[in-house]
Amino acid sequence: MKKEFKVISELIDNKSKVLDVGCGNGELMKYLHENITQNIRGLEISKESVQNCLSKGLTVIEGNAENDLKQFPDHSFDFVVLSQTLQAFLDPEKVIKELLRVGKKAIVTIPNFGHWKVRLHLLVKGTMPVTENLPDQWYNTPNLHMCTLRDFFNFCKERQIKVFKSLALKGEKTLNINTNNISLRNLDSQLGIFLIQN
Amino acid sequence: MNKLSKVKNIIVNGPQKLDCGKEISNFPIAYETYGNLNDQKDNAILIFHALTGDQFAAGKNPITNKDGWWSYALGPGKAIDTDKFFVICANVIGGCMGSYGPSTIDKNTNAQISTNFPVITINDMVNAQFNLLEHFKIEKLFAVIGGSMGGMQVLQFVSNFPDKAQIAVPIACTSSHSAQNIAFNELGRQAIMADANWKAGKYNEDKTNPDKGLSVARMAAHITYLSKKGLQEKFGRKLQESDDLKFSFDADFQIESYLRYQGSVFVDRFDANSYLYITRAMDYFDLSKQFDGNLSKAFENTKTKFFVISFTSDWLYPTSENREIVIALNAIGADVGFVEIESDKGHDSFLLDVPDFLETLGSYLKTNYINLNEKRI
Repeated sequence: MKKEFKVISELIDNKSKVLDVGCGNGELMKYLHENITQNIRGLEISKESVQNCLSKGLTVIEGNAENDLKQFPDHSFDFVVLSQTLQAFLDPEKVIKELLRVGKKAIVTIPNFGHWKVRLHLLVKGTMPVTENLPDQWYNTPNLHMCTLRDFFNFCKERQIKVFKSLALKGEKTLNINTNNISLRNLDSQLGIFLIQN
Repeated sequence: MNKLSKVKNIIVNGPQKLDCGKEISNFPIAYETYGNLNDQKDNAILIFHALTGDQFAAGKNPITNKDGWWSYALGPGKAIDTDKFFVICANVIGGCMGSYGPSTIDKNTNAQISTNFPVITINDMVNAQFNLLEHFKIEKLFAVIGGSMGGMQVLQFVSNFPDKAQIAVPIACTSSHSAQNIAFNELGRQAIMADANWKAGKYNEDKTNPDKGLSVARMAAHITYLSKKGLQEKFGRKLQESDDLKFSFDADFQIESYLRYQGSVFVDRFDANSYLYITRAMDYFDLSKQFDGNLSKAFENTKTKFFVISFTSDWLYPTSENREIVIALNAIGADVGFVEIESDKGHDSFLLDVPDFLETLGSYLKTNYINLNEKRI
């Protein structure tokens, strides 16, 4: 299983109610179901992935976070997870708002556009960065709103969103992010994992 | 109709109070079963049929000699696997395949009940079929499954009996019959009643049948079960048995002769009065109205796990109407999965060979049976 999912699962309390937004083929859901909680739902936009999840017995709804989160009542989940898809939405701000309305807490992971390889690519080649984490070209990437770890930090601060835990993935290592090391983590980590609450 | 004397049935002693206020008692419910009930009695599935279906969901229908209406989905090794599950399917009351309906003979008059049959509802159908659980001594069903009107029965069943099914799969249906669907049903009823042979429903007394009217009703309805794209691809403007237009009102086009054929085979197996009564039951179906306009309340007391399925090209029971069920269930935190299956086959998709649908449904049932029952032991 992806290191990212392992880290996410450690942030989720046993037997809590979880919604995985953009659950894909249900890899994280299945792991959580077997190890952390039975009470887990998914929302996914791809029909094929939804069929795949339902075939595995997972409870998944076909839908899109921008339109279909509104059917869930306020704080109806203990945790809402959004893994590496915030940057693909037309209106990420609205999605974060919805995550924090539906979930008592949200776990958001973000591919870091501030990673040194990304910066170096743009600096040296002068073209839009293509890396192992961001493999698409500018013209076919689903990513509309890339941001850096620092951007997300600032975003939360400005909106008075509480950040309970912020972790960075640097290769296989999990590191804490704090105000003292944010500049470094923003340079050396591929992924940020944030546990947030309104 | 003597053939019907051979179909399996239970006699419900009742009395059962109907929504119209009348009571019925000592009436038959015809049913068929597939597969075997296991010792734990935890592998039973109740299947609800659609408007013109019957209890013969799989295998050969002994009355029509045709394949059962859900042969693609139901059978050994199929999505609803009869090697694993015990499947019960009953003819709805109001139907004409052995259950209590307008063509039942009234013992007092020795004539068909015809239009003296009470107007029934989806709720009445479901309450009548519930007696089958008692008959088979099944405490809790593994699943209730149905498409179209069968899906409406699934919703009503779970609402009426919140702890009697582990899984509910309403397919291509709605929680409230739309104006458009009422309109199509009314068209069908008017076609039947406009046939001089209908005779205010008493056609059996003169040994006639409103075949023309019933056949037109079926033709109109059949169009609504298909999609424009499906029709275009299958028939286009292709001509029947000729290279040129005949400048007449014969069936020039293949689509015309196809519809005429659908109409003509339908009248051989279906009773016109049943068509009136069952379409009326569909029109009256409005589950949210039963709960003061709040559909969520219909499912408030249930722990049943739902799987709602719709089809992209179904314009009769479109995805938006199926989604309303999902939204109502999510509003109360119910366990509900939902997918819209890609298909050009229109509303009829659930009856046809649509691999994405059949595979997803099949795996869903198998995995959930293991998770809910086998792992528990």
